[in-house]
Amino acid sequence: MKFLVCISNVPDTTTKITFTPDNKEFNKTGVQFVINPWDEYALTRAIELKEAAGNGTVTVLNVGEADTEPNIRKALAIGADDAIRVNAAPQDAYFVAEQIAAIAKEGAYDVILMGKESIDYNGFQVHGMVGELLGIPTVAPAMKLDLSGNTATLEREIEGGKEIVTVNTPFVASCQQPMCEPRIPNMRGIMTARTKPLKVVPPVGEPARTTVAEFALPPKKQGVKLIPAESAGDLIKLLRNEAKVI
Amino acid sequence: MSVLVVVECADGEVKKSSLEVASYGAQVAAQLGTTATAIAVGEATEANLAKLGEQGITKVLYDAEPRLKEFVNNAYTKLIATASEQEQAKIIVLANSNIGAAVGSRLSVRLKASLATNVVELPKTDGGQFVVRRGAFSGKAFSDVVLGSDRKIIAVKKNSIEAKHEAGKTAEVASFTAQLSDADFADAPTQVVMQDQAGGVLLPEADKVVSGGRGMKGPENWNLIEDLAKALGAATACSKPVSDVDWRPHHEHVGQTGITVSPNLYIACGISGAIQHLAGVNSSKVIVVINKDPEAPFFKAADYGIVGDVFDVLPKLTAAVKELS
Repeated sequence: MKFLVCISNVPDTTTKITFTPDNKEFNKTGVQFVINPWDEYALTRAIELKEAAGNGTVTVLNVGEADTEPNIRKALAIGADDAIRVNAAPQDAYFVAEQIAAIAKEGAYDVILMGKESIDYNGFQVHGMVGELLGIPTVAPAMKLDLSGNTATLEREIEGGKEIVTVNTPFVASCQQPMCEPRIPNMRGIMTARTKPLKVVPPVGEPARTTVAEFALPPKKQGVKLIPAESAGDLIKLLRNEAKVI
Repeated sequence: MSVLVVVECADGEVKKSSLEVASYGAQVAAQLGTTATAIAVGEATEANLAKLGEQGITKVLYDAEPRLKEFVNNAYTKLIATASEQEQAKIIVLANSNIGAAVGSRLSVRLKASLATNVVELPKTDGGQFVVRRGAFSGKAFSDVVLGSDRKIIAVKKNSIEAKHEAGKTAEVASFTAQLSDADFADAPTQVVMQDQAGGVLLPEADKVVSGGRGMKGPENWNLIEDLAKALGAATACSKPVSDVDWRPHHEHVGQTGITVSPNLYIACGISGAIQHLAGVNSSKVIVVINKDPEAPFFKAADYGIVGDVFDVLPKLTAAVKELS
């Protein structure tokens, strides 16, 4: 079984988001980048399934410029066998999906996994686009993934419940908790990751279909109105008569 | 050309988020001087579909194929693509739900459309560009995105647009068939398992939310959260540490790596307000924070606050809500 795990390089979850003075770009100064937390579920589950089968390969794929390589190496240290970096800034979801589809097709991957969404762009789009570009099913967002031969059984989250979906390979799935406990690299993994293959390829396909004109931050709150704990019930009156939300 | 709105139904009713989407689509149609047609998916009744006229929809297409009552990604994509061709829709609007996003992303490739998900405002169409504002950085910011293609697909974030109601207006309900084949249903779910909701409110659609953090000290104390939620008609939620230790199921986890919500009222009980949690809730209209630590960072993001013990304050709030009704 050949697994392709797509990872994106995102600001650490503790990052305070700021933009360049013209609000055109995210301000990367001093920001720590990590593997997108949702993608960690995809990576760990692929490694677990490969280990359980006793054979197969896990290839990690990133669309990004050279500054994403530390996180690609981290994915190799966690247990991926090799890596591909498409040497281009991820312009939009469609552009990224085109890159993934091209590589998935060329490498004839059986299972294409990624996180539910990236925590920076929050598109929740790439998995569906990749499935459509390749003409194969997408299951998103998946909370559970098991393989038996060429057949996968997945639990897909829906509002208020879940669906059990069975698909044959090849397929695309986007992953989220509680699929697995994401692994962290150990010392041996870090040592071996240095010599694992990392191939850099140029981008393909059409240009992006969307562009960001400007970023904006949410409006600041006016300040908190404190109610003494002894008269907590007064809060309910304020919510009805002043805020008018109940 | 027209605007095509995808309306999700369940148990005969149109979902609340789809009423918002219908209203959004009708307003976009008005902006562009055209009309909005809806395509309904899921289990619907003709009477409820006709009522979409109240949101400004003129016509509703409905394919009565029984296998379309449950979500099937390929079949839904083909159904909506066919409706879009028939109506010559330049703009498709759907909910940013697990159905809407799954279908929207496939449709965007099939129809060569540009797609924006998580959209929170009506588009700006002046200056020859089509620009929508969407949530980005998991609730920490917004981005204004230019949709460049001739065809456009917009997935609207829940609770971001108020659904308009013009009582008495009705839409024409027209039967429609996309001529689906068995192959289109190949990825149908084999089983659908719904959570035991026990009369509760679904978190993603809720307009009021009561949420608990580690300050609740253990799952056995969640009756305090549930009592207030029930009195208010609110959904329950929790912070990441709480779902990490399995005090509550993960689908209740609100925050940057859980779900982001934007209810009218969010009441946080015993949650300190880490930046990752704030990202998930800061588009809520009114935020109430109850915490015994006056230095809890959440108070800076709150509209109302009570510095006090949740075990003392919550029962008082529940009693006060019951007195109202």
